[in-house]
Amino acid sequence: MEDITFHHYTQRPAAGNKHVAIVGVVASGNLEVLAERVLSNDQFKIEIRTAAEGFESVWSAVVADFVERYPTGGLKFSINDGGARPDTVMLRMAQAVRVMEEG
Amino acid sequence: MTMNWQRNREEHLARITAGNALAKGKIVEARNATRLLEAVVRPGDRVCLEGDNQKQANLLSNALLAVDRTKISNLHMVQSGVVLPDHLDLFDHGIAKRLDYAYSGPQSARIATMLFGGKIELGAVHTYLELFARYFIDLTPNVALVAAVSADHDGNLYTGPNTEDTPTIVEATAFKDGVVVAQVNRIVDKVPRVDIPGDRVHFVIEADEPFFVEPLFTRDPGAITETQILTAMMAIKGIYAPYRVQRLNHGIGFSTAAIELLLPTFADKLGLKGKIASHFALNPHPALIPAIESGWVEQIHSFGSEVGMEDYIRARPDVYFTGPDRSLRSNRAFCQVAGLYACDMFIGSTLQIDLSGNSSTVTTTRIAGFGGAPNMGSDPRGRRHPSEPWLKAGQDADPDRPAPLRRGRKLVVQIGETFGEKNTPLFVEKLDALALAEKLELDLAPVMIYGDDVTHIVTEEGIANLLLCRNQEEREQTIRGVAGYTDVGRGRDKGMVRQLRERGAIRRPEDLGINPLDADRSLLAARSIRDLVRWSGGLYSPPSKFRNW
Repeated sequence: MEDITFHHYTQRPAAGNKHVAIVGVVASGNLEVLAERVLSNDQFKIEIRTAAEGFESVWSAVVADFVERYPTGGLKFSINDGGARPDTVMLRMAQAVRVMEEG
Repeated sequence: MTMNWQRNREEHLARITAGNALAKGKIVEARNATRLLEAVVRPGDRVCLEGDNQKQANLLSNALLAVDRTKISNLHMVQSGVVLPDHLDLFDHGIAKRLDYAYSGPQSARIATMLFGGKIELGAVHTYLELFARYFIDLTPNVALVAAVSADHDGNLYTGPNTEDTPTIVEATAFKDGVVVAQVNRIVDKVPRVDIPGDRVHFVIEADEPFFVEPLFTRDPGAITETQILTAMMAIKGIYAPYRVQRLNHGIGFSTAAIELLLPTFADKLGLKGKIASHFALNPHPALIPAIESGWVEQIHSFGSEVGMEDYIRARPDVYFTGPDRSLRSNRAFCQVAGLYACDMFIGSTLQIDLSGNSSTVTTTRIAGFGGAPNMGSDPRGRRHPSEPWLKAGQDADPDRPAPLRRGRKLVVQIGETFGEKNTPLFVEKLDALALAEKLELDLAPVMIYGDDVTHIVTEEGIANLLLCRNQEEREQTIRGVAGYTDVGRGRDKGMVRQLRERGAIRRPEDLGINPLDADRSLLAARSIRDLVRWSGGLYSPPSKFRNW
């Protein structure tokens, strides 16, 4: 197990009012994202607990692209990762943003 | 000096005479199979032991394995498929020495070990069509050992839906004074249709069990991922639609299965019915059933068959090629020719792609061979008939040349996810095939599809259109631009990738109006094998390993 944390400043607050949501599942090749609206509008934080060690630089690149692509201000993600591939990570995080918009 | 122009004929007659001692008419009992082979095979012969992609002459391979190796050795095996363990045991036992083949699917790891260990003297790894071509030039078999469903007493053969390679093998062998031995599931008074005329068949053996045939083209829709659905959506909207691709061949991966299952749903909503994907060179893929039932598909010619599809095919003769007995007639050689010359697109998956677009399914421990993909996935330089996709692809590649003198281009599309099984990257700086070629001292690295034939690469990151690249640097950055978070992808020049995207050489999902969040399994016309059975009205009968109910 490895713990990785990233902190980003962003100009774009996440849409919607929903307070908390969970998407995905903890399984091999998959991941679970707990999204919470607990930060100020210009902050995005992500805490990752992953079964696959040694991929910090890939996570860093995926998260940086994600923050560029989606409005995430105010959100904190806690990720439980079962060794998902980057495309699955990106998809689940995008799904989490969408679910938070719905409330 | 007087020449003898009849040596082959005399030799042929001597072999037939020796075999006749064990036969009643043309019929030989199964228990005498090995003795028959000892009578008609000579040391050093070129032997085609029918090893196709799907069906296997497994009684005859067993029989050949049992021959007295003081009588028969040093055989040169010339067969498209090295599929059964027996096929390689022949080399371990010293019965066979040299091998020319095309495909080794399930034996890919063992064949690699035996090549490294020097157990096999390798001629070459071919594409199907290439090996068939050599049957008529410099690899003509002395003996062909083939498989069919039934035979009559004159030796007329009925192959059933898996005709596959048999007509080609028999043509090359029988008309050059070779000997043809057939194993059949049963001997009958009258065959349902004549796939091989009896005067080309010298001996027939009734086997105790039907020949071995494996379902290779069944993809369970239940295993299709959201990422595969996303790449399939992009391929449909970004390639099928703008090029108006009607005549095509699909590979056997899950991404192309996803495309097949999106035709009646996603592609239908785009108004593409009747405009794309209507004529196929393709095995009877169960995943295509919903598209057929929805009226998308005009016709399909097949290389082989697929276990469980027999009754469905019988009930859909407007779509498939069928005989007077109503069962499928496949033919690998003709279908390969059709895929080469009469299709405007090949789309399939691979294991590794390098920075020039060369692709390979070889890894350092597995040599799966080529099968038909390099033939499907290559631009036929001898093509002369125009079509909309072919002309448009040619224009993309060479916009300045006057149209009447411009060659068209076949669309050769590689589709896949940036990371494959066990998170291995699809994109690499150097193909494993090169390391293998060095290790085995091969003149050629086993490249499945050469980069200069590839026109598009589709991943979840976008579509790379290599036709729009004007030099090697642009090609490299276009490929890096769809390589995602692999090392190759992260090594991209962001400025150049942005420019290539503005030019349309790279198109992201959003450039195509596709939201990755819409890539949902509910878009699939069938989400399980059971759904496919339902779509077929109960005519599709999946093999037990695909049934979970």
